[in-house]
Amino acid sequence: RAMELPPGHFPAARAAALAVGYLRYLRGGPSSGLQLRELRRARLQDIDDVGHKYYLELELEDVLDKDRTVSCTAEVLYQLGSKSSAPDVQLTVQGELRSTEEADQEFYNRIRSLEKELVAENIPDSHGNVPPELEPIHLLAWAASGYVIWQNSTENTKFHLAQVKHVKQVKRNDEDLQFDFVVLLHEMVSQEVLPWEVTLLWHPQRGARVPQSRAMGAGS
Amino acid sequence: DQVLHIVPETIQQVQHLQLLCSTFMLDLWKPRLPEDIRAGEDLHIRVPAPLVQEVKDSLAQHMISYRVLIPDVQKLVDQSMPREKSSHREVSGGYIYTEYHPMEEIYQWMTQIQKNNSELVTQHILGKTFENRTMYYLQISQPSNKTKKIIWMDCGIHAREWISPAFCQWFVKEILQNYKTDPKISRFLQNLDFYVLPVLNIDGYIYSWEKDRLWRKSRSPYENGTCYGTDLNRNFNSSWGSVGVSFNCSSDVFCGSGPESEPETRAVAQFIKNKKSDILCYLTIHSYGQLILTPYGSTTKPPSNNEELMQVAKEAAAALKGKYGTSYRVGSTALILYSNSGSSRDWAHTIGIPLSYTFELRDTGTHGFVLPADQIQPTCEETM
Repeated sequence: RAMELPPGHFPAARAAALAVGYLRYLRGGPSSGLQLRELRRARLQDIDDVGHKYYLELELEDVLDKDRTVSCTAEVLYQLGSKSSAPDVQLTVQGELRSTEEADQEFYNRIRSLEKELVAENIPDSHGNVPPELEPIHLLAWAASGYVIWQNSTENTKFHLAQVKHVKQVKRNDEDLQFDFVVLLHEMVSQEVLPWEVTLLWHPQRGARVPQSRAMGAGS
Repeated sequence: DQVLHIVPETIQQVQHLQLLCSTFMLDLWKPRLPEDIRAGEDLHIRVPAPLVQEVKDSLAQHMISYRVLIPDVQKLVDQSMPREKSSHREVSGGYIYTEYHPMEEIYQWMTQIQKNNSELVTQHILGKTFENRTMYYLQISQPSNKTKKIIWMDCGIHAREWISPAFCQWFVKEILQNYKTDPKISRFLQNLDFYVLPVLNIDGYIYSWEKDRLWRKSRSPYENGTCYGTDLNRNFNSSWGSVGVSFNCSSDVFCGSGPESEPETRAVAQFIKNKKSDILCYLTIHSYGQLILTPYGSTTKPPSNNEELMQVAKEAAAALKGKYGTSYRVGSTALILYSNSGSSRDWAHTIGIPLSYTFELRDTGTHGFVLPADQIQPTCEETM
């Protein structure tokens, strides 16, 4: 009952971008970032009174270690008529990427020991550069945007993080690191660049969480 | 300067190392603070060059073994810095093709290119932008007594797609640098002329340098100057205003007040209309997406010569992939990307130009519009 879709055509490509966004949120951290290498296969099932379900087979690579890939099977359900709830995504990842435990811990310690809270803007800059010490922040922004992308995607949208406009660390009494981001998301179909405020909490063992996010008003 | 790796074995060794650090004010890389130095744990210290021998002697004296982790810190720093100048010193006196250039410099480049290659290159005026800037194209044409067919290529119709004008400049440089020695290029020039428009949307491009890096449209005002810019690639007269557009000026796909309402669109359309019987191929360069797109955007009904269009595109994608392994997808805009109308590529095809393509260059979203300059060279090389 599931129809085979050409992986190169936009319906499958949009679902794949959503799945990758969700995965970046789930697995995101300062020392690794997953990107889509190839969408190998896609199928679509139209479920009466429920919605459209995409079955995807993805190959992903770590941006910091491009020779390593993992495969992922994803089920993306866009619920019928539902404007307010996020698509439902189920993922299984096969294969392992290199361990980031040590790098994560070093980053955590480095940020915790900063006297002044970290502040940065325009990552990457206009020429595409990211200073090495900000690369972990960039990767955390991917995790934060992944959440927003997951929560706000429909079959008519395809989001990518265009640029981190601003980031500010907020010191906390508990063990989490907190970063308040303003991220610019590029939406492919409308071609709009949309600013979003996203708060990201991260901890080496507990991973990434987004307690709040909101679209910013028109005009940046 | 050197970085030494030490694993202290005893408390005394730890104490001596702490003393060394504070006496010489050494730069502790790991751990961060002297009080965190522990027996049995890794210690990395950077020792300034003039102190290296003295520190090593002191370690030896206290029977503390060490390993040189980094023998030359400066060398490592230099290696990790982006190369200031590419080893490519090019065909117009030192212009750096592996960097992004503002419009002023592109104007100067065009003048230089014509001056240095006047046997092949002529610079012509196409028209003016809304903000009254001159649009120039370069004609690369080998003198001959036969009339040649034309390949037209425009870049920079969307302001934020900086890799696109960078590619047009690279393309011109490659042709001029290699036409005498490369048999393929020399054969091309015997039979074809290249017309290259390095920046179509000049006003928008400048705006993306000065005000808003992610600006897309032109800079013509609407609604009493409260709203700016038309998406020039929705402004051409091909099913204008039918699908994939907005009639609201604040949208990034605002199609203008009518087909060819914008001076930039008119400048291009007029020229191409006049020469259309000689134009074999229309290319328009965008980013990002890694796609070679064929007509149409407004309908999934294939154009009459779809087989030929697809075959050529597939061969192009294969050749492109052969260079660095970069994958490009091939197909019509309506199937691969989204519905749109008023695109320059669709218009070129409907007026009779058989081979009409949109290239979406690197990447697929990792950097998107802010493609790092160090990808200019591989992107351009593979696309050539």
